[in-house]
Amino acid sequence: MIETEFTPLSSALGGGLIGLAAVLLMASIGRIMGATGILAGTLLPENRQDWSWRMAVLLGMICGPGVLWLLTGALPTVQVPMPPGMLAVGGFLVGLGVTFGAGCTSGHGVCGLARLSPRSLVATLSFMIATALTVFVIRHVLGG
Amino acid sequence: MRFLVCFGIGMIFGTGIALSGMANPAKVTNFFDVAGHWDPSLAFVMGGALAVTSLGYRFVLKRPSPVMAETFQRPTRQTIDRPLVLGSVIFGIGWGIAGFCPGGALPALGTGRPEVFIFVATLIAGILTARAVQSRIKHAAPAT
Repeated sequence: MIETEFTPLSSALGGGLIGLAAVLLMASIGRIMGATGILAGTLLPENRQDWSWRMAVLLGMICGPGVLWLLTGALPTVQVPMPPGMLAVGGFLVGLGVTFGAGCTSGHGVCGLARLSPRSLVATLSFMIATALTVFVIRHVLGG
Repeated sequence: MRFLVCFGIGMIFGTGIALSGMANPAKVTNFFDVAGHWDPSLAFVMGGALAVTSLGYRFVLKRPSPVMAETFQRPTRQTIDRPLVLGSVIFGIGWGIAGFCPGGALPALGTGRPEVFIFVATLIAGILTARAVQSRIKHAAPAT
């Protein structure tokens, strides 16, 4: 288990930027800023125009750490104590879950809650509780 | 033009993720570990993102249309059904195991860390598997 520092300021500021991106995407092209929908739409596009805006957002997202490096001189901290097998199992489950649940932390947790969508509230509560229970079981029951 | 705007919005989102700590699995799982090394930072990410999005959507959605598209495309589904809840629970379990959510992992690709690529590859496999299952269900029961 790695201890991490409490960072209220940079986390709130980062959250504010995430929110700004969500607002700008709605204001410009009228779309929800959901990472799940954006990734799925680049893999299985409905049409060419639909593919192109998602690809643009996705490419921009990948530049995020580089922009942070230009602004602050440091890449974001990425600490991954999980072994590759756990990343793979977790990744597959996340992929299944966000597709059936039609959204993830950004789509349901930010955009959906901001629109006061009951579906997103139920989804967000469901995954937050499931995540907390999973972390509890891994760390305190299985003792990983 | 649309492509460039969306690219810029993706960059803002990715920078926000990188700054906030959402791209750091150790930090994310510590947020959910109230019984251990609790790091409450993620509450500030969600708080910051929700504050900006709620306020921004309120102004944006009052306009007749987005600037670069004809209509706002908001999710129309209202039903709280089993796929929504079960999918979200599966997503939460995966998030707790791997520590990455889609919105955290996609920008993290920009750090070049191999762990992120493992997660994203299996995330894609999960999305494609779920889509295949969904289309099979749809073909089996076209009446809905």
